[in-house]
Amino acid sequence: MTERFVKIYPRFERFWHWTQMALIFGLLFTGLAVNGLNPLIPFGPAVMLHIIAALALIVLWIFAIFWHITTGSWVHYVPTTQGLVKVARFYAWGIFKGEHHPYRKAYWRKHNPLQALTYLALKLMLFPAIWVTGVIYLTYNYWSGVPNATLWLTIAANLHLLSAYAIAAFVLAHVYLLSVGGSFRAHVRPMITGFDKVDLTPEEEAYLEADEAVRIR
Amino acid sequence: MRLRVLTALACVMVVLSAPHQAYAQAQAQSSDAPAIPGSDSSADHSKFKILQREFTSGPEVTEACVSCHTEADDQVMHSIHFNWEFENTTTGQLLGKRHVINAFCGNVVGNEPRCTSCHAGYGWDDMAQSPQQESVTPDCLVCHDRSGQYTKTSTGAGLPPLAPVKPGTKTITGAEAWPVDLAKAAQSVGPPGRENCGQCHFYGGGGDNVKHGDLSSVLFDPSRDVDVHMSSEGGNMVCSDCHVSKQHKWPGSRYDVMATDTQGPGMPHERRDVATCQSCHGTAPHPASLKGVKLNDHTDKLACQTCHIPEFARGGVATKMEWDWSTAGKLGDDGKPLALENYTQGDGKPRHTYLSIKGDFVWEENVQPLYAWFNGQVEYTTGDQTIDPSQIVEVNKISGSPEDGDSRIWPFKRLEGRQAYDSKLNHLAYSHVWGPDTDTALWSNYDWGKAIAAGMKAAGVEYSGEYGFVDTHMYWPITHMVAPAKDAVDCAECHAPDGRMAKIDGVYMPGRTPFSTAGILGIALVVATALALLIHALGRLFTRKNGDAS
Repeated sequence: MTERFVKIYPRFERFWHWTQMALIFGLLFTGLAVNGLNPLIPFGPAVMLHIIAALALIVLWIFAIFWHITTGSWVHYVPTTQGLVKVARFYAWGIFKGEHHPYRKAYWRKHNPLQALTYLALKLMLFPAIWVTGVIYLTYNYWSGVPNATLWLTIAANLHLLSAYAIAAFVLAHVYLLSVGGSFRAHVRPMITGFDKVDLTPEEEAYLEADEAVRIR
Repeated sequence: MRLRVLTALACVMVVLSAPHQAYAQAQAQSSDAPAIPGSDSSADHSKFKILQREFTSGPEVTEACVSCHTEADDQVMHSIHFNWEFENTTTGQLLGKRHVINAFCGNVVGNEPRCTSCHAGYGWDDMAQSPQQESVTPDCLVCHDRSGQYTKTSTGAGLPPLAPVKPGTKTITGAEAWPVDLAKAAQSVGPPGRENCGQCHFYGGGGDNVKHGDLSSVLFDPSRDVDVHMSSEGGNMVCSDCHVSKQHKWPGSRYDVMATDTQGPGMPHERRDVATCQSCHGTAPHPASLKGVKLNDHTDKLACQTCHIPEFARGGVATKMEWDWSTAGKLGDDGKPLALENYTQGDGKPRHTYLSIKGDFVWEENVQPLYAWFNGQVEYTTGDQTIDPSQIVEVNKISGSPEDGDSRIWPFKRLEGRQAYDSKLNHLAYSHVWGPDTDTALWSNYDWGKAIAAGMKAAGVEYSGEYGFVDTHMYWPITHMVAPAKDAVDCAECHAPDGRMAKIDGVYMPGRTPFSTAGILGIALVVATALALLIHALGRLFTRKNGDAS
């Protein structure tokens, strides 16, 4: 086993991540204003920016879904119970005892099991929840003829709001965990350069050096 | 070159020396009324032989008019302007000035020559009789005079002041009366201008803008920010550009309002006899941008007026917001009636705040309207209805709900009144206020008991003989004084906690309730997460461990 810097976040994935980050922050900022809790931006401009950012994010997601499928990157998110309890135990207990993070990154599996499960839940539940309720909310005037439209709109808008707060909670935890099991900078850098320190078997190392030389340094 | 400079200077001086005068003043000087914008008639009435004569009475002029306009008198005599009667086919109520009681001067019946001074006819002095029964002749000139010097006296049942004018006579706008030149008026006729409609409609309730709030003398020549349609710097439109007439009938009823118009302008060449905003601007009036689409989305809930008339009583003339009749009758130490003027409106003119004849008033300007769901139906508390005097009586109840699909959120002026009622039978009371020669009129005798007894008698209704005063509300849909688009109500005025729509139910409005159940749950989730992370971080700090980085 050797530790080498391997490119595990290709350019599109980094672009997707940071654009998504900017859009989500923009959406949280304007969304809070639309909800009446952000005096830093007036309601009207907040609504306009919120819609534009939301539409941009939906387009980005369409590209990201396509990318996940065509590159096979989706396998990183397949849930596994292997090591899951260990990671959870580490966060809840081991970390206070000075234990090492139990998960070792592999170049074909870049997330720890708890992380992968969280991202999967985010991608399959929370993100769809917010954009489905958002699109329902946004297109209200195209379906306002259905019975009890105002009630349905109220339900959709409230679910949208709850989803948004849940995403805000995720962002908090996500950013906090960057400081766990390594320095904050060490955690952020791979998402900028694409390269992260990964344990490689001699076979993996030989393969990468021989066939994917640009991915290893 | 020098000539050009001089000409330019002269033009500037002419513009500067042409102050915006109220109509009454312009009339007093007998200046010519402005030409109707867009009017290019093929007939010059001053060339008509039948009009080139001396007229000694209004009806003589009407007779000349109908010798050519053969159907005009019949049309007018079937209009609300003439009959002051409106049968609401939806509620079945018989309304109109001839029948209703309002929270302003109360009732016409019993006060005829004063109130009928604004009648579009000559000599209707008994409300108990229809104008037809009284053989009242329609008054063509009050609407069609373009000489600017035709008017009616304030107490003459619709008759104009003719030479010699008795000193002290007032016109319907409250100006000192002058002798009207009927021939000049007859030869000047054309389509009605603002001056024609305004001399009655801007002075409803006994003075400038007293009643409506959105109809004042400012509209004779408004600036663009007061009324984007009527301003000469804007559309330069007149009343009948929107209130299009058909056989002397006009759309735009206050008893049966077209509160919702989903049809828009109609097909090319299709004539729509409605006075709605949509009949010109269409049903999706905002530009085809993201913002425009979002604004158009509001048209299923809001009337155009709700955003586009941010305030009423703009331009310097105030409107009456409270009227307490119960305090009327107090006299000064000298036994003479009192007149207090403790309010000065924007144009510098003082307004009465107490009159012995009318009680106490509260005036306001630039008033933010009240908002309510409105389907156009207005139900009046007529004199035969039993009221609950322990509650505020709604003189005209506005109908509408968020569920019916026909209602929109409309802006209203609400007059808070206190007026007389029969305290035994619990009916709103009719009162006899005007009558210089009677010993019962309130304004001559300051005795409510006599005034109400006489009013009830004139109305022909039962009266117990006991009266009291009850708090009332009266609502006036706000639809004039449309502001330029840039001055429309901003989103945040409503989309905010305690915004303009705070009391409107039946809609989901983002920004209004940040602390709804979902909002509180969401905030709790974020706070709980932050707390958990903080505890985690403190735990790490306390144990001085940082995972495998240590």
